[in-house]
Amino acid sequence: MATAEVDQQKKFKWIGTRPVRPDGLDKVRGRANYGADHALPGMIWGKVLRSPHAHARIVSIDTSKAEAMEGVHAVITAADLPEILSEESKIGEGPTNFRDLSHNVIAREKALYHGHAVAAVAATTSAIAQQALEAIQVEYEVLPHVLEGDDAQAPDAPILHDDLFTKGVEPRPTRPSNVASRTEMGRGDAEAGLAKADHVITRSFRTKAVHQGYIEPHAVVATLGEDGRATVWASSQGHFMIRAYCAKLLGMDQSQIKVIPAEIGGGFGGKTTVYLEPLAIALSGKAGRPVKMVMSREEVFRATGPASATRIELRMGCTKDGKLTGAHARLEYEAGAFPGSPVGAAVMTLFAPYDIDGCLAEGYDIVVNKCKVAAYRAPGAPMAAYAVETVVDELAEKCGIDPIEFRLQNASREGTQSAFGPKFKRIGNIETLEAAKAHPHYSAPLGPNQGRGVASGFWFNGGMQSSATVQVADDGTICVVSGNPDIGGSRASLAMMAAEEFGIDVKLVDPQIADTSVVGFSDLTGGSRVTFATGMAVVDACRDVIRQLRERAASIWGIEVDAVKWSDGAARATNGDAGLEPLSLRDIALKAARTGGPISGRASLTARGVGMAFAVHICDVEVDPETGKVDVVRYTTVQDAGRAIHPSYVEGQMQGGAAQGIGWALNEEYIYDADGKMENPGFLDYRMPVASDLPMIDTVIVEVPNPTHPYGVRGVGEVPIVPPIPAVVNAVHAATGVRITELPLSPPRVLAAMDARRN
Amino acid sequence: MNGSGYEAPRTVEETVTLLQQANGAARVLAGGTDLLAQMKMGMTSPALLIDVKKIPELASIEQTADGGFRIGAAVCGAALAEHAALVAAWPGIVEAARLIGSEQIQGRASLGGNLCNGSPAADSVPALIAAGATCTIAGPGGTRSVAVEDVITAPGKTCLATGELVVDFRLPPRPDGSDARAAKAGDAYLRMIPRSEMDIAIVGAGVSLTLDEAGVCTAARVGLGAVAATPLRVDAAAAALIGTTLDDAALAAAGEAASAAARPIDDKRGTIAYRKQVAGVLTRRAAKIALARAGGNG
Repeated sequence: MATAEVDQQKKFKWIGTRPVRPDGLDKVRGRANYGADHALPGMIWGKVLRSPHAHARIVSIDTSKAEAMEGVHAVITAADLPEILSEESKIGEGPTNFRDLSHNVIAREKALYHGHAVAAVAATTSAIAQQALEAIQVEYEVLPHVLEGDDAQAPDAPILHDDLFTKGVEPRPTRPSNVASRTEMGRGDAEAGLAKADHVITRSFRTKAVHQGYIEPHAVVATLGEDGRATVWASSQGHFMIRAYCAKLLGMDQSQIKVIPAEIGGGFGGKTTVYLEPLAIALSGKAGRPVKMVMSREEVFRATGPASATRIELRMGCTKDGKLTGAHARLEYEAGAFPGSPVGAAVMTLFAPYDIDGCLAEGYDIVVNKCKVAAYRAPGAPMAAYAVETVVDELAEKCGIDPIEFRLQNASREGTQSAFGPKFKRIGNIETLEAAKAHPHYSAPLGPNQGRGVASGFWFNGGMQSSATVQVADDGTICVVSGNPDIGGSRASLAMMAAEEFGIDVKLVDPQIADTSVVGFSDLTGGSRVTFATGMAVVDACRDVIRQLRERAASIWGIEVDAVKWSDGAARATNGDAGLEPLSLRDIALKAARTGGPISGRASLTARGVGMAFAVHICDVEVDPETGKVDVVRYTTVQDAGRAIHPSYVEGQMQGGAAQGIGWALNEEYIYDADGKMENPGFLDYRMPVASDLPMIDTVIVEVPNPTHPYGVRGVGEVPIVPPIPAVVNAVHAATGVRITELPLSPPRVLAAMDARRN
Repeated sequence: MNGSGYEAPRTVEETVTLLQQANGAARVLAGGTDLLAQMKMGMTSPALLIDVKKIPELASIEQTADGGFRIGAAVCGAALAEHAALVAAWPGIVEAARLIGSEQIQGRASLGGNLCNGSPAADSVPALIAAGATCTIAGPGGTRSVAVEDVITAPGKTCLATGELVVDFRLPPRPDGSDARAAKAGDAYLRMIPRSEMDIAIVGAGVSLTLDEAGVCTAARVGLGAVAATPLRVDAAAAALIGTTLDDAALAAAGEAASAAARPIDDKRGTIAYRKQVAGVLTRRAAKIALARAGGNG
């Protein structure tokens, strides 16, 4: 671990500057290789047959006609993959059970959602593969299905899993249930706190499933040879994750699988699990040829993980002078077809921005006949923030207190006992609120039909395991090798931290992302952790190299290593030995062969001391009183980044999170028909914002350095999606007087609410 | 989308012959922005694509001797916007066509394609209905002229028989507005979408009107989209405007007539109640824009 701290007041040469990102030119010129760009000689095409039913027993699958077709090299069903026992996984982001994962990749006894994979083929062309899918005969026994979390809890609801008994309730249930688990978290006595309140607001909220909307659909090329060794080229948030999952699901050793990361065209949490990769390996093994699989956008919508649909009931109370006294929440999160919604994280984050004596949150994880949810940027938190931050807005209004002032009065700070366990260490909650309050946006005049909303957000951020190696070339340039796909500019940030450590120009640092066989294990890119944790590994590896550089200089000079320091890109003798000119990195590198051989350093660590993140967003909307259309006319994000290594990519995260959250608030939703088939599996009717829907999103980076990171870094990627929903909803309330408790705020819903108030 | 033949004839006659020979298995390809997407989605797989963009009559815009316009069915939206005289005379039609898709789509998508795709939500169609546009349909039996509102007969269905294609649209002459004391005219199209672009209308409303020298509306037409199985001409809404100066009462009456005429469905894009209500709102708003464009006191 990087223990030696950098002086937080020190002036940096590279940290906080905005050099051109090393991967930028290839990306804008179209040369970067994404998942679908890879090809191999002899490669064939894989496709997936998907269930046309939301819930059905698979009676039989006859693949003989497909197998007999000219050009078809392999057909697989669940029978071609090993049966996996129930076992909790710690690999991905959020809870996963290996057996569930296996059954999600390809249905074994039952298809549990419309779009669930039931078979896969590989053929010489994509068209033949498609025809072969149509030749597979599956006999289904259609079962009653359940699509909504409410209905799934009814006593007579169809049960998805006969062996699923609600965890976390006493006594242990004797009948299977669609409620996978109950969790709770809190502090003090919530009911006593609520009883002390002068104002108590009780509200019930509903949100729909939304997709991360990454531009790049899932894609993979895989080979599995006769020797039992596989190579996989795939776009994901973690190639070590793919290796571990595929090994488990296919009964292979991890050493038999090499995964080579492609550039990633967006993930936002959605690429923290596997869908196609195990199938591609299995098909390749059966066909004896490399197999390529690429999802269509429709498949991405029908069969990959969105964020949970939710129902949240919330009671919060405060005194008449605005002190929050108690809060109680019941959160029901849909997990899709298998347990594992992020309700646990929701329960933990919900009240984090506030110091409330008595609060309790109960979370329920509920299975329904829809695709299994996946992580999406601060998993679980945005929906919970929707509830808490709109009720806080309402309480502030009741007390006649400015909403930022109300939050400041109740803000958690260093030393506050959190509801989820630890006392907060150094956090920037107050600083972000104050920066928001001072921003000119907060006091700017509004036009007709306009309103302003604010909301806070919190996210833990992640630490986890990372590795890095740093190699010195004999011309004095540096290669920084790490194992995390670059999803938001992390190559640039890692190179800058290395340049800062060595005291050399950042252009001399080449940051590379290596495959699973080249660099040490690294947990996936998620939890806003890479610049923080992999950054720590890079700094440690650089310091390992610098130690060796000092040793080489000492040996060249014939003095003690303690008498050599490293500064500004050179080894310097500390006690001013006459005639000892500083030896630059290049000077030492040139002599490496004669002073002990190549110079490289490495670090593998579990990163501790994560810096938690807070954000405050200010949103102005204009609402058309006759059509209910909401336009976001001004938006400002304020966020504690700890320290922004490359401010452009911090700002990009803040803007991207805000844009996604605004889409979630206004128009995005999965729409299902009565049979459980998604009706809008494309970007025409799954309405993410387009560029012209949004104003320029202003950013204010607050820097309250994380004292445990060598450069003060906190994660920045997730917290910006937490405040937007309530910021938009509070702004709509300010503009129209209506508080809307169900997402999305589509024009018909807003107009109906306004009409109801007018009548 | 395999196995389609492709022809690019130079004349309407050749096209009619090819269509006849294919006996229903061919599709006319103009911009292809609907057709190619439908082929990719597996909704249609025509044996023959007949590209009509190389036929001069389909690819040109002309002012006619009577002061009206003839717009080739395959002219793309971007070309409409570059025709200054057309933009001056019929801004509502041009703005409707320009709402279709992205900039890239605008270099391809045509009025003929937008009409013949048969969507009740086609943006250019309510504006063309409001304009009183007719289209020239060529076929084995010669040519015929059909009012735009009579072309779409059901979602995805048109009145075109096998062997027929739309050659052009004819727009009537407009008072040119050069004489401040003479009659003037204006048109406008508005649509409701939840986003700002790249979307399909939940409701569309086109209004065209003519004012006399005193500013009284002497002629009006109203077209609605996405509120029934086909785009609608709403005479009752037009009647509410004619004889008025488009005062608030007249606009409200036109809006109510439009809402009453709407016969929408509930679907993933909008509800019955919302579409009926907003049909009235957009009719009023489009009428006010048309009024302003005609130099009235909007």
